[in-house]
Amino acid sequence: MMAAAETRTLGSKVIGFFKTWEGLLVIILAVTLFLNVMLAPQFLTLQNQINLFQLSNEKIIVALAMTLIIISAEIDLSVASIMGLSACVFGYLVNAGMPGGYVIVLCLLIGVAAGAVNAFWIAYVGIPSLVVTLASLIGFRGFARVLLEDKGMGNFPDWFVSLGRDGFIGPFPLAFIVFIVLLIVLSVVLHRTGFGRRVYVIGNNAEVARYSGVKVTEIRAILFVISGAVAAMAGLFYAARLASVRGDAANGFELDIITMVLLGGVSIFGGKGSMLGVLLSILIVLNLRNGMALGNITGHIQTAVIGILLISSVLIPNLVQTLQSTRSSAKKA
Amino acid sequence: MINLLRRIHPQSLRVIALAVVLALVVIFFSTQIDNYFSPRMLNRIATSAAVILPIAIGQSLVVMTRNVDLSVGSLVGIVAYLIGDFLTTHHGLDPFSTLVLALLLGAFCGAINGALIAYGRVPSIIATLGTLALFRTFLVEYSHARTITADALPSWVVDLPQAVLFSIGSFEVRGMVVAALVAAVIFGFAMSRLRLARKLYAVGSNPDAAVMAGINSARVVFSAFVMSGMLAGLSGLIFLAKFGNITVVAGLGFELKSIAAVVVGGVNIFGGSGTILGVVLGTVLVDTLDNSLTRWAVVSEFWRDALLGLLIMTAVAADTFMARYFTRLRRSKTLAPETAPAQTVEKV
Repeated sequence: MMAAAETRTLGSKVIGFFKTWEGLLVIILAVTLFLNVMLAPQFLTLQNQINLFQLSNEKIIVALAMTLIIISAEIDLSVASIMGLSACVFGYLVNAGMPGGYVIVLCLLIGVAAGAVNAFWIAYVGIPSLVVTLASLIGFRGFARVLLEDKGMGNFPDWFVSLGRDGFIGPFPLAFIVFIVLLIVLSVVLHRTGFGRRVYVIGNNAEVARYSGVKVTEIRAILFVISGAVAAMAGLFYAARLASVRGDAANGFELDIITMVLLGGVSIFGGKGSMLGVLLSILIVLNLRNGMALGNITGHIQTAVIGILLISSVLIPNLVQTLQSTRSSAKKA
Repeated sequence: MINLLRRIHPQSLRVIALAVVLALVVIFFSTQIDNYFSPRMLNRIATSAAVILPIAIGQSLVVMTRNVDLSVGSLVGIVAYLIGDFLTTHHGLDPFSTLVLALLLGAFCGAINGALIAYGRVPSIIATLGTLALFRTFLVEYSHARTITADALPSWVVDLPQAVLFSIGSFEVRGMVVAALVAAVIFGFAMSRLRLARKLYAVGSNPDAAVMAGINSARVVFSAFVMSGMLAGLSGLIFLAKFGNITVVAGLGFELKSIAAVVVGGVNIFGGSGTILGVVLGTVLVDTLDNSLTRWAVVSEFWRDALLGLLIMTAVAADTFMARYFTRLRRSKTLAPETAPAQTVEKV
């Protein structure tokens, strides 16, 4: 983003910003908000704004950690399975009579362990993350199913369910506050620390990073452990909000999460993207879904609209670029 | 022994290793499950592998070009549903025309993917993640949550799963298994003999070099996705015949199954290498394990996925270690003073 701003020679800074990915996202977000307000007057109420986050709190928390992973040119497909595993372990152990507080700590440790399993194969053995996390997507989900089989588990402590549903500070639920805190922390880490710069360097070219003395293995391992821990926490929030879990809890969430990150302008090839972009894309996705729900548009069409948005967000800049280059080469000739 | 290993092509070694693992799995479960070699069990594995095999082959073509097709599950659903829907109103359609229709429908959807990826330069993981959702949505909207029932289908479709082409002893070879195998043989032959297929390897192993060599890599990637779509069409038709009753969730999650089969089958996820024979063995291995674990009394059937994940991981890890070992072996061979310097160009 910085580099793009410096190399821009024509136009003011404002026009420059709207030409960046984040600028484009701001425009899309503004259009979405405008349409939503026109469509449904109740859209702007505080309760609706909280509801908007409430329904996807778990996904957007995981999307933040996924941003770091994708910037480092890796991918973690197993997050939804880790969410499910953590939720199922919680349901299983609480119903077995263990006190909830201990179980929460244990679930977070399981998340760390799951992330460490991914990290071992990816960072230390050197197997592509797409393959490793695909296998662990199936494997971790498998363990969740082993625990609960085809039963559902409820009977959570009241304080736990209240943590998932009610306001923690004012009307804001704990998951939302965690999201904001994590957003700030990870933004600072990614954009203001040496660690964050190294993540970009690895994403741009891991070989060059290694020869420049960046500890590629360690940083990759740390990122996957963070992703596992965050996913386990999000799984607990999911269990708390629904007040029950099943073996297929959070199934398929990885696609939504990855969509949010990619729409935020993070390159799937690594090395590019910003937290601001991901935040904007999260807001767009949530508002679009909310607006469509208020306008009585069903879940599947919502998914399709976001799918179209995802594809066209990459396709249209590519087509414009192709058009420009053919025009300029025609001029030369 | 080491000299022998040096002489065998790593690709053949992968296939041999897979065959050995498959044999071990079969031997192990035959001691655990009564009547394991019964025709029923074999047919069960064969028919469930027949649904996955075409999309696994299609997926392998795409993966060889350094891409991935996440939309195959939705494609199988679309083809199974639309062809089923068409047949309920057109009972007179003969099997051959139905097959052509299914392949064309699949190829059309695959062409959408291919155009986005090859000519629109959208990364395949993004494009097919989008079409995964789009194709499924189209199906849900089109169907209005209706279910296609076996009663409404022409009798030849319903009878297809029981259609026996020929028998080997008491093991009956079903029509749809043969259909999947024929596809495998055609593509297996093509991948080693046809120029277009060799271009898939070229684009996958080094896209820049492929362009320098005059290969139109966009067209090659486009055709890989068209073929993947076409093969998903075949899977869709087999799915329709196997189950008869089709809902809008048909084929859900098949993209992961196909990638699992391809990866276990030894196709390099970074493109450029892999064999159809490996993919066939990978598919059969995954389905054998899947079906055997459901019948194994020692563990509950819920262990299936956990063990499957472990298997995929083991297969890939073994493959990686083996590949590294052989690269080192071959390098030590080429660097040895007595060998001719011309051999430094290695074809792996």
